[in-house]
Amino acid sequence: MTALAKLLRRSETAVLAILIVVMIVIGVINPAFWQADNLFNLLRANVVIGIMALSVLTVMISGGIDVSFPAFAVAAMYLTVIAMNAWGYQGVVLPFIGATLIGLVCGLANAVFIHTFRMIPLIVTLGSASVVRGLLLGLVGTSIINIDRMPPSLIAFGSSTVDVGGSKLSLMIFIYLGIAVLMWLFLTRTMAGRGVFAYGDDAESAKRVGFNTRRTVYLVYGLAGALAGFAGLLHASMIWLANPRDFVGYELDVIAAVVLGGASIFGGRGSVFGTILGVFMLTLIKNSLIIMRVDNTWQGVVVGCVIVIATALTAWRDRKALV
Amino acid sequence: MNKLADFRRFINRDNNIVQLLVITAVIFLLMSALEPHKFLRYYNFESISFIFPELGIVAIAMMLAMLTGGIDLSVIGIANLAGILAGVFFTRLYPAGPEAGAAAELMRVAAGVVLALGVGLLAGTLNGLLIAKGRITPILATLGTGQIFTGFCMVLTGGPAIVGFPAWWGFIGNGKILGIAVPLILFLVVAVLIAVMLTKTPFGLNLFLIGTNPRAAIFAGLRTERMVIYSYMLSGTLAALAGIVLSGRTNAAKSDYGTSYLLQAVLISVLGGTNPAGGKGTVLGVSIAVIALMLLASGFQMMRFSNHLIDFIWGGFLLLVMVINVLRNRGK
Repeated sequence: MTALAKLLRRSETAVLAILIVVMIVIGVINPAFWQADNLFNLLRANVVIGIMALSVLTVMISGGIDVSFPAFAVAAMYLTVIAMNAWGYQGVVLPFIGATLIGLVCGLANAVFIHTFRMIPLIVTLGSASVVRGLLLGLVGTSIINIDRMPPSLIAFGSSTVDVGGSKLSLMIFIYLGIAVLMWLFLTRTMAGRGVFAYGDDAESAKRVGFNTRRTVYLVYGLAGALAGFAGLLHASMIWLANPRDFVGYELDVIAAVVLGGASIFGGRGSVFGTILGVFMLTLIKNSLIIMRVDNTWQGVVVGCVIVIATALTAWRDRKALV
Repeated sequence: MNKLADFRRFINRDNNIVQLLVITAVIFLLMSALEPHKFLRYYNFESISFIFPELGIVAIAMMLAMLTGGIDLSVIGIANLAGILAGVFFTRLYPAGPEAGAAAELMRVAAGVVLALGVGLLAGTLNGLLIAKGRITPILATLGTGQIFTGFCMVLTGGPAIVGFPAWWGFIGNGKILGIAVPLILFLVVAVLIAVMLTKTPFGLNLFLIGTNPRAAIFAGLRTERMVIYSYMLSGTLAALAGIVLSGRTNAAKSDYGTSYLLQAVLISVLGGTNPAGGKGTVLGVSIAVIALMLLASGFQMMRFSNHLIDFIWGGFLLLVMVINVLRNRGK
């Protein structure tokens, strides 16, 4: 009984319940929603934004915020694809390692400013995003690498599917789920992961009980950058082009998804499962407006309302007397 | 919150103004030396006086939100919504009559201004209510409402820009009074009003106190909720004013105009000595910062830097100045 009560109190349960209701409502409005093709497409749309959300989740648990990951993702994606084209390299593993490393370096740069200079994460990441995007577009190039110039190995990788009952399910889903499981293990089963929660709850206490806070900050932002870089290249291989202006505005969506998933912006709170649900909720709403015959121009209004309502609910959940 | 408290120590207001003036002078001399023929022309400064006010007003709006430890990420959404609603009003609801006289035209523009500012006030009120009553973190609340406002812009326009503003509306963004750009005059009026309000009225003092220590402010009997709501209302109205100037200057309004202004507004208010954790910030600092950055941008434009590299310079400048602040304060 207590186990059930505990389960009901978890924010993931609430998100899951809302998610099911929303899916039923959409299914009633347009039964085509339940077709396997549509559902698989929906899952496919979760992959890139989901990996980014996992990176933001770690940052948010540590009490910070990251708005630079779209810039890092785009830089990692574009530079890797250009390098592959320049060397005529056809492969998959090495480019993804390269993109991840580019993201990692950018993320560590964030950590330097945030830890060493004690600067506010929002300001630092706003600045670093502007720096990275400016350098990429100003020095590297602004032209889109289209499908005819994309490395075929990447395209082949990104479009690999598995046949499920006559419909094609993108294999990228399993990469996303694999990363999610690893993140879950990291956050809940390792001391470094506990350190992230501790640091986000109260940095000073975490330091006093012996967590290496410097290592935690570097780990969190390095990991966030690395995941962003990986997600960036994955995105390019899934849409078959590399656009150096891509991912504009992703920060809003991803942060919204993570908050929807029950993470607290004040740190110390959040879960991988909740984030996966939050990401699914957001992509569900964004992708189902058309299926519900709502004009696409309403997308921004709907997503904004979802963010406001979800954050209001979280604020209500976390309410404490101010004094 | 500890990090924020650390950060608070690092900003020293009076030194900051001096430092800003030095930075501005350095930028001015550097640009004059690099591009003496283009940079030092009257035309250059005149064009800056038309372009910087909208950014300056948005930066002051951002500073107001930061004073209480918040942030307003919806300013650009509000600015565009105000401009677009005015555009809808002029083109669809109340088009100019064929024989409308100057007085009628003036009335029409005045009604548009009232409408635009009213929208800003309403949008700001919504932000304030969500933040003060709903207890939503300012970042998330304004992120969401900004998305909603931009979303409404999309719904109203369907994507393309709205054009066809009346001539008098264009005067707000392009006109001159006694040889001085109207936007500049508006900026000066706003700057003086807000500066007086912050330094000479109880409301301003309240904002600083709330930003310095919200808990102490409650114990001291301040009506913090109401003050926070007022500050976001003011910030929303200023954002709408910036939207009027922007749509007047370009004679168009679009849902994604000025998106780069958001970063720049945060950058300028932080450079101007505003503490994002609350409790510190001056209109003077913000004004000097916006001018410094405008000189920097126009100089680099003359050296044929691409706009993207200028973005890089803005971001790098933000990080650099903050590092300098930290290092300087560490020495003490």
